[in-house]
Amino acid sequence: MKKQLFASLLAGVVLALVAGSASAEMKKVKIGTEGAYPPFNSIDPSGKVVGFDIDIGNALCAAANFECEWVVQDWDGMIPALQAKKFDAIIAQMSITEERKKVVDFTGKYSKTPAKFMATKGQKFDFTPDGLAGKILGTQRATIHENFMRDNFPKSDIRVYATQDEANADLAAGRLDLVLADSVALNEGFLKTADGACCELVGPPYTDSKWFGEGAGITIRKGETDLVDAFNVAIKKIREDGTYKKINDKYFNFDVYGDPGM
Amino acid sequence: MDVSVIIDNIDRFISGTLLTIQVTAFSVVLGFCLALLLALARLSPRWFLWMPAYAYIFYFRGTPLLVQMFLIYYGIGQYFADNPEIRAYLQDIGVWSFLRNPYPFALLTLALNTGAYGAEIIRGGIMGIPHGEIEAARACGMSRLLMLRRIILPRAFRIALPAYTNDVVFTFQATSLVSIITIMDLTGVARVLVSRSFAAFEIWIFVGIIYCAISYAILYGFKLLEYRWSGHLRERPGMAVKPADVVTAVVR
Amino acid sequence: MDGFIDLRGYGWTLWAGVAITVEVGICAAVVAVLMGLLGAWGKLSTSRTAQTIANTYTVIVRGVPELVLILLCYYGLTILLQRLLSLLSGQDVLIDINPFSAGVITLGIIYGAFATEVFRGAFLAVPKGQIEAARAIGMNRILLFRRVLMPQAWRFALPGLGNVWLVLIKATSLMSVIQLAELLRNADVAARANHMPFTFYFLASLFYLGITILSMLGQHRVEGWANRGVRRA
Repeated sequence: MKKQLFASLLAGVVLALVAGSASAEMKKVKIGTEGAYPPFNSIDPSGKVVGFDIDIGNALCAAANFECEWVVQDWDGMIPALQAKKFDAIIAQMSITEERKKVVDFTGKYSKTPAKFMATKGQKFDFTPDGLAGKILGTQRATIHENFMRDNFPKSDIRVYATQDEANADLAAGRLDLVLADSVALNEGFLKTADGACCELVGPPYTDSKWFGEGAGITIRKGETDLVDAFNVAIKKIREDGTYKKINDKYFNFDVYGDPGM
Repeated sequence: MDVSVIIDNIDRFISGTLLTIQVTAFSVVLGFCLALLLALARLSPRWFLWMPAYAYIFYFRGTPLLVQMFLIYYGIGQYFADNPEIRAYLQDIGVWSFLRNPYPFALLTLALNTGAYGAEIIRGGIMGIPHGEIEAARACGMSRLLMLRRIILPRAFRIALPAYTNDVVFTFQATSLVSIITIMDLTGVARVLVSRSFAAFEIWIFVGIIYCAISYAILYGFKLLEYRWSGHLRERPGMAVKPADVVTAVVR
Repeated sequence: MDGFIDLRGYGWTLWAGVAITVEVGICAAVVAVLMGLLGAWGKLSTSRTAQTIANTYTVIVRGVPELVLILLCYYGLTILLQRLLSLLSGQDVLIDINPFSAGVITLGIIYGAFATEVFRGAFLAVPKGQIEAARAIGMNRILLFRRVLMPQAWRFALPGLGNVWLVLIKATSLMSVIQLAELLRNADVAARANHMPFTFYFLASLFYLGITILSMLGQHRVEGWANRGVRRA
């Protein structure tokens, strides 16, 4: 265990030195993702991360001539892990918001989908602060959805979970009245599965950029502008040469880049 | 060192701390009742009493608390999800709004867990009673129940108190796990604030200090109780142990 | 196993999790024993500074919940260390503390405090006469420790250490919070992917129970070996 620590410290220092000197050759970039937000990112039975984000990430790395490695990280600790240099970029449907921009940098968006509420079938709700007073709302901790709910529905009981899946499970169990999350993640990742038969999307789509930002972007540590620029160039490239559309169509039958309505 | 996060949210920290103490108190009380019953069952010569008690104690002491918590909370959640008619029934009899919350499940898990550990501690206490006292009680003609009430249990509690104190402190610290099933105890509040402000270091140190302070307050309280109950073991007044000695004993 | 209950292909992840759990447990136990010996030496030493350090160590570690310490070490410490080292060396330093190392170190430090108490009691239980005799012969402190103190203290320490081990191996389940791929985490992933929480968590609990039973049997054997030649009261 001490050997492992020493070895990883040594490897880390070597990596830092090597990464600093590499220029024309393939730059090694570690990308962090959550692995618990299907269809964007999830872990298949063999333990590999798969999903829209991963395909986009690999395409971007190919376009930017990076050698990319994927690291799984719980959503809660995404930004601290980025700052602790466990990885160099986050591609995990992290929305570009002003609050986050205070501590990290973002590239331009690579997808944008609205948020919606989900509830068990056959219920009616009044989506105003008073209409949802006393209701139990659930979502994932450290998300824009949590911030939105805390700021807009102060009279409701808000419960936060480590992963979206746990929130969905509690909705199915009847412990929650409503769940707020990305509408595509809810639809493709839960409602279309066998266990999603209980529930349906309800209410209006939410896209107010004050809480929901300008879409999902790639998160980079503050100040690393060359990496931000490289990714921005790569995003433009895959949008133009059709790679983006190919990956888009593999997962969705609509344009996930940024249609405001759904 | 950015302490503004802590100062701005001090009200949340306070409510979290109060909730933690509340969960601890209820769990300890429920767990104690359970532990008492289990200890007596475990010591019984009847197989249908001691076998289930032994199995229960073995299971709850041999598996981690976190696993138990997930099992009970998400396991029962799965049951609710698969059987909506049960939910409708519970709604009809009016307990659904209570059972929707994670709070009773957390209490249940903690009580079941501390009940198992407490049972072993009380059993150790009962087995530590000098046999002479039991013989004397029988010689006086006390019935089993009377003997239990007047001799065995009071004596056992005094013997078991130090070990039980450790268990209470452990339960207090174990409440930090209920944050994982969405209860906004002190750790839960801290996790939400850390994720929003990224001031991980400052917040966790602050939370650590609070837990430490309350843990030692509990220890001190129990040591005072021990002091009160061990009068018969101490020397006469004049040569008595001073409360200051209790303090040094606590810090050790 | 796959034929009896339908685990949908996730059965092997539980076994993989057990392997990691045991690995973390053993490594952390080694660290805990080392910290325990250090701590006990500190508490029993004549130097006031050593005593204060050792006491502060046990007081802090026993007063703060494990979950809080783990989150503090994993999230807070990494950033702090990086800031410090960057300040000191003037350049960007990369410290990658993976979940395994973080878990081992944190658990080792936490249970080192418990091991400290065990060793302290064990060292105090060695009959004073033996130590006096050794000093009288002229043994220096290191020889005394190696030849007289440690072999005998080991016998007294074993029951306590056995208990620390049992608590430690269960505490590895907390490592799931920092995404170490140990048993509970793998059960978690499997449960969520298949929406069968009860099955997977119950199986995981049975695995832990198995580890506990094996540990208790092992402890019994080792205690029997350590107590060889000692007359039973």
